[in-house]
Amino acid sequence: MAYESAVWAIAGFAMLLLLAPTVVVLITSFTGGQTLKFPPPTWSVRWYVELMQSGELIDAAWTSLKLATFATLACGVLGTAAALGIARSRTAAARVLDSLFMSPMVLPAMAFGLALLMVFSLLSLRLSLWTLVIGHVVICTPFVIRMVSAAVQQLNPALADCSFSLGASRWYTLRRITLPLIGRGVFAGCFVAFLASFDHVPVSLFLSDARTEVLPIKLWQILEASLDVRVAAVSGVIVVVTLVGMLLAERLFGLAANVQEGR
Amino acid sequence: MASLAEPTAVPAPFARRWPVPVLGETLPALPLALFFLAWFVAPFVLLVVISLFDTAEFQAVGLRQYAKFFSDGYSLGVLWDTLELGFLVTAVCLPLAYALGLVYVAGGPHRRTLILFLIMLPMLTSAVVRTFAWIVILGREGIINNTMLALGLWGTPAPLLYTWGGLIVALAQIQLPLMALPVINSLLKLDRNIVDAAEALGASRFRRLWTVIVPLTLPGALAGALLVFAASTTAFITQTLVGGGRIVLMPLNIYQQAVGVQDWPFAAALSVVFTVSILVITYLLNVAAQHRMRGVDAA
Repeated sequence: MAYESAVWAIAGFAMLLLLAPTVVVLITSFTGGQTLKFPPPTWSVRWYVELMQSGELIDAAWTSLKLATFATLACGVLGTAAALGIARSRTAAARVLDSLFMSPMVLPAMAFGLALLMVFSLLSLRLSLWTLVIGHVVICTPFVIRMVSAAVQQLNPALADCSFSLGASRWYTLRRITLPLIGRGVFAGCFVAFLASFDHVPVSLFLSDARTEVLPIKLWQILEASLDVRVAAVSGVIVVVTLVGMLLAERLFGLAANVQEGR
Repeated sequence: MASLAEPTAVPAPFARRWPVPVLGETLPALPLALFFLAWFVAPFVLLVVISLFDTAEFQAVGLRQYAKFFSDGYSLGVLWDTLELGFLVTAVCLPLAYALGLVYVAGGPHRRTLILFLIMLPMLTSAVVRTFAWIVILGREGIINNTMLALGLWGTPAPLLYTWGGLIVALAQIQLPLMALPVINSLLKLDRNIVDAAEALGASRFRRLWTVIVPLTLPGALAGALLVFAASTTAFITQTLVGGGRIVLMPLNIYQQAVGVQDWPFAAALSVVFTVSILVITYLLNVAAQHRMRGVDAA
């Protein structure tokens, strides 16, 4: 009995820990006060109103959205193709490639950001949205690879054989059999990759300049300078959008199952 | 027919079955491999090359930057603190992840979905937002201080923000999903019969957990531990905002040297040392886990 209650106590604490910050952010964003006092002394939506008038934050959010969209498209296509190539292969080359594509998850992103900045400056490439996209594609690739690989591994190879034996070409089989069957994994991978890019800081820290300020860095700068309550409103928007996105993703392509399979 | 030459037990090569319009089975991975070669492998090679310049003006070549790092107590201390932070955060996450996992596998579909969503919500919400939440929780007028003052347990607000303890708790919460998912996955794959056998042989619940469940789910725990370790050592935003300016860790150190001081060779050397340390620890953890699992097989 002691064992049971100990496990439940720790698990309950973990669940509270997982949920609390999100709830705290939502509540704080409706404060009427000037500080991050919790619980808020009065209630209002003034910080959301203020947010709609902050051009710099809206610009940064727009840059982040564009960046995440392009990075996700690129790693969705490249990553899905790569996963189809390596997920079921037992060759040494496939294992090496798999480790290579997953390594951005483990190697320090700060070191990678600096290294990429050095490459661009050696090539005299001007920093732009596109140089940021290159960095983010590398950072987001592991999410696509993991989830698409998991989907590919569950495919029954006999289905493709049937398609071939009925005279379908490889392209036709890819389009009509394989892609529809792994589609949920691809969408889930892209969804997580998009959020990872939208949220990523270390690489952007080296590669973004005044023209390509991204939202998380802008928020970081605001928080470093002063504990501005506008950040609470931005956070509130991000939390709600993420939550709605998650529920939609769950409805459309079973996000939870894919995230779980991908681990 | 090449397949005739092969033993029948070996399945035909996937190149023949795989519905991808190319010749070799791994060929679809080529574009991404080339992309990684150009924008991931090459940058790290360049990083090593730059770290071998003796001066910030790229003049002499040598190992001066590394000599500078290893003879400087401050830099070594920063590296040590960063790795220690990674270990502590991982150690906090492990029991939380196992407890979550045990409650998850014991539950029905509703409880499972609920727990999965609780894990995914913070994982998918921006890290800046989660860090910001911890500023609100740990701040002078934050939840903890206000609660303790209201209950009369504390006379004055305690400094929680900008401390090691605050940073470890915040990072553990932020990285917990990375550990919980692989642990839950291994618990799901665990053969119930083995646990039942241990029970039939009279092992107590705690003993079953410690000598059967944990060793058999070690691969998942290890995968999670590596992710949490890597993520918390490189979590620039949380480290600088919750840790404050007084706690300097490797990411901030690299950033200051590269962007503030503009000393690229030294920043590159710091990055190389940091990356190699993470790789060595990853490797050692893998070896240790394999050793432990061989012990399980033998038993």
